[in-house]
This record gives sequence, structure tokens and C-alpha cells, in this order.
Amino acid sequence: MTETSWTPSARQRERDTFRRRQSSRRTAVALGSTVLVLGLLAYVVLSSPGWPRVRDAYFDWSEAKSVLPLVLRGFEVNVRLFLAAEVTILIVALLVAFVRVLPFAGLAPLKVLAVVYTDVSRGTPTLLVVYLVGFGLPALRLQGVPSSLFWLAVTALTFSYGGYVAEVLRAGIISVHPSQWASGRSLGLSYTQTMRSVVLPQALRRVLPPLVNDFASLQKDTALVSVIGVVEALRQAQIRSARDFNFTPYVVAAVGFILLTIPFARLTDWLSLRMTRRDQGAA
Amino acid sequence: MTIGSRRRPGALAVGALTLTLVACAPVSDSSTSNTSTSNTSTSDISSTSGSPSGGTGATSSGPDCSTTSPLLYAPGTLTVATDSPAYSPYFVNDDPTNGKGFESAVTYAVAKQLGFGRDAVHWTSVPFNSSYQPGAKKFDFDINQISITAKRAQAVTFSTGYYSAAQAIITLKDSPYAGATSLADFADARLGAQVGTTSLDAIDTEISPSQQPMVYDDTNAAKQALLNGQVDGIVADLPTAFYITAVEIPQATVTGQFQVTSGQTEEFGLLLEKGNPYVACLDSALATLKRSGTLAGIEKKWLSDVVDVPTLS
Repeated sequence: MTETSWTPSARQRERDTFRRRQSSRRTAVALGSTVLVLGLLAYVVLSSPGWPRVRDAYFDWSEAKSVLPLVLRGFEVNVRLFLAAEVTILIVALLVAFVRVLPFAGLAPLKVLAVVYTDVSRGTPTLLVVYLVGFGLPALRLQGVPSSLFWLAVTALTFSYGGYVAEVLRAGIISVHPSQWASGRSLGLSYTQTMRSVVLPQALRRVLPPLVNDFASLQKDTALVSVIGVVEALRQAQIRSARDFNFTPYVVAAVGFILLTIPFARLTDWLSLRMTRRDQGAA
Repeated sequence: MTIGSRRRPGALAVGALTLTLVACAPVSDSSTSNTSTSNTSTSDISSTSGSPSGGTGATSSGPDCSTTSPLLYAPGTLTVATDSPAYSPYFVNDDPTNGKGFESAVTYAVAKQLGFGRDAVHWTSVPFNSSYQPGAKKFDFDINQISITAKRAQAVTFSTGYYSAAQAIITLKDSPYAGATSLADFADARLGAQVGTTSLDAIDTEISPSQQPMVYDDTNAAKQALLNGQVDGIVADLPTAFYITAVEIPQATVTGQFQVTSGQTEEFGLLLEKGNPYVACLDSALATLKRSGTLAGIEKKWLSDVVDVPTLS
């Protein structure tokens, strides 16, 4: 009964040691197999007859060092591009999603347009959109078309990703249970107020992971705008690679893109974890 | 100068690396045998063909240059690579097999010199980006306006040059830069060039304009940018520039030509797998063609119109 006098029974101690042993055995097996597989892989690669040439072509340290500042300067363009595009995409996508879910008959022509837009933007390869916007729009020589390649690129990415993100948002809004709408309206909130204060907050929370997912994908697609002349990281790598006949710059750029998406991946993990916790806490 | 390199192949190459890493069992790779000994080069792929490797070419005087040489990708035929599309005036109608266009004509002249009939020349399409991948090549040589540089020669083997290329600047005729007489006039211009070309380097080293040059996948994209006014001028090798202004964009003009002075004269070379001893056969064929005046004749026939372009100082 007293706290001090308690000691685990012999059986319990036996269980504990058994569990400890099991656990350390599992760790040892996991570690051993990992080392074995990676070691074998490394051995096969490093002992292959083509390895010296592959090493020179893809992992040339001096080439990597000399190209790094150029690629980093390119990444500055990528980062500015996706930061700008994320804002414009969210605006466009929210508008499209609203138009598609609002039950106002007068919006019918806009609804048709919104449906056509999502179909076209999701069905068209981003590369094609970049070409059409980057070369086609300026060729029209219209007043008010942005002449800066940067904003043309942002326009193209916005067009291409607006459809995806609109659908994600729409799915989120639809997924909110109708009783939430009913509760909002019965509390005397207008349709717009219900949408803003009751439905949208729940919808957004639900679709955050897929939303972040789309934006991670957007980060990589910023490389596509190089085709209209914007010199970003991958293009910098290509310029160097073609000049020196060496693929190391591509590897440097690839590492950069990975490092760029990792924060987003962790953010998604954390968001979904937090959401699960909150849901469970509320239950 | 190289035409038609694209972004995708490069991106793929990075992926292909991963595959290579996983998939490469220790198969004998010809790239490791760079010495002068006659060997099976790539014949492990085409082992069905006639003469097996070994004794025949082993005379230490030089490589086996016969049409059935084991050094060939497919002995009995000459396998030649170029990019697709193949641009004028180096090829005509995107068809390297017709013998028209400068590089197509040069290829058939070299082939003839080596003893190959027209039918024995086999063309294969290889994007510029994959032409310098490490590993066995699926061609005997690549002819694609590839400039010889010392750095590039670390990854591939080049023949001797078959053409010395000058650079040229194309502007629209109504552009303020159309009347430029020196490179310094372009100091504030927005210039563009194709990626992978020495033209792009030339912008940096010879003109170094205040605005960062625009870079395009191919000359088609560069031409569109010029027409849109997104660039003031595009830089390309002189024959390409002349062809663009004469045929494709009549409202453009070649403002002038210039030499890349920082190095020596820039030359196009045939690209071979690193250490391929067959380069000696190509070199001697090219040397004969130069001596006999055949090469100059081909150049005059396909690229002669360009001589009256003013030189930019």
C-alpha cells in the first residue's frame, strides 16, 4: 500500500527484461539490415566499371562549388516566383470555389465559366500554359498586359494552379456537414456570414495538407518558366552543364529543390498532427 | 554552337542517374578502355555483326579505319547522330539523310572518304543534352554545331574542327540597335541566346550588357521573343543568324558579326565518346577533305551567303 514498499514482481521484471531485449534486438536488426542494404548498394555503384566517369560527370566537387553561387542566384528567382504566385493563386482559387458553391441562380454564367476554367487549367500542361502566356500574350500587343517576364510567369502559374487549388477548396467547403450551414442560418447569420465565420474556417483546416501539397508541387514547377527566358536555378544549371559538358550543376540544383520542399513537407506533417490532436481533444 | 538542347533531357538525366546507380551490374563498359589497344568498343551491343574484335586492328600504327572496323557502333555502317529537329542551314527540311545542308553534306563527304556508301550511313536522333552523357554512345559521331572547348573535351572526344564559326547579332530592322556598328552599342540592350550555345558565353564575355541575357531552349523560342520585343537582339552563330533573317524573320536583320576573341577562333567539331580511337580516322578524313578543297566547296555551297555581313568591332 505505501509507495516506497512497492517493487515489481519477479514476473514483471522478467517481462521488462524480455521487452528490453526484444526492443534492442529489433533496433539491431533494423540497423544491421539498413547498413547491409546501403553498403551493398554503395559497393555495386562504386565498384561498377562506369563509376569513375559517372563520378566525374555528376559529382564533380570543384564544378559543384563553382556553380553554387549561380544556382543560388537562380533560386532567388524561384522563391520570388512561388511566393508571389501562392498569393495570386489563393485569390483566384477562392473566387472560383465560391462561384462554384454559391447557390445563387444569377451566378449561372459565372458558374459555367468557373467550370470551364477548372477543366481547362487542370487539363492543360503547365509548360504549354507558360508558353502561351509568356509568348502569346505579349504577341497580342494589348494594353495592360504585363511586359515583365516575371509577372507573365506568375500569371501562367496562377492560371495553371488556380484550377487545382479551387477544386481543393471547393472539396473542403462541400465536406463541411450541412448541419453547420443550418446552424449558422438558424442563428440568424446571413449566407455570407455563415460561409465566412462557420464553414470556411472548418473547410480550410481540413484541406490544409492537400493545399500545402499543391504548393510544394508549385515550387518545382517554377522551373518551367525558364522556357520563356527567365533564368532560374535549373536554367542556370543547364547553362553551366551545356557549357562544360558536366551534369554536376543539375545535381546541385536538384539538392536545392529538395531542400526547398523539405520545410513544406514538415509543415504538412505538423499541421495534420495538430489537426488530429485537436479532433481527438474535442471528441 | 549547338542547336536544340532542351530542358527535359537534362532533368531526365538526373533521374536516369538514379537508375544507373541501382541497375548497373558490373558489365564491362567500353568507356573504361580508353587505351590505344583495339577493343570491342561498343560491339558487345552489336555482337551479331561481322568481324569480331581482336587481332585485325591491333597493329600499333593506328586504329582500324575500315568500314567493318570493330570500333564502329555497328560495323559495316557509319552511325551518325544529330539533334531533332535539325536546323537550317546545317540541315535542310529537318532531314539529315538528304545530303543537303552543310553538316549533312560534310557527313556524307567524311563517310565517302572512309569508304562508306550513301546507304551505309545511318542517322540517329540524339538530343544535345544526352550527347555528352557518360557511358557507351549509340553513335560513331555526333554532328550538331558543337563548339570545341577544352572543358568540354574533358567529357568527350572531339575531332579536328570542320568549320570556324563567327557570332552574329540579329535585331529587328526597325530596332534602334539595327544601326549599331560596335559591340559597345549593345551595352544597354536586352540580348537573348539559346541555352548551351557559345553565343550565350559570347554575350557575357564580349558584350557584357548591363541586363542579364535571356536564355531560350531553342532558336524558335528566341525568335518569338525577338518578334514580341521581349529582347532587343538575339545572338547566334553567323550561318544560323543569316538563315533566320533571310528566311524565317524577314523583318529582322543581321546587324553584324564578331569573333569570340577571348579564346582562339571557335570551331565546330565532331563529337565522339571519350577516348574513342576512331577519332583518328575522322581526323584524317577531314584533313584530306580540307587539303582537296572539298570541305571549302561544301562550305561555299551551303554557307557562302554570309560573307558580306559587317563586322562589329
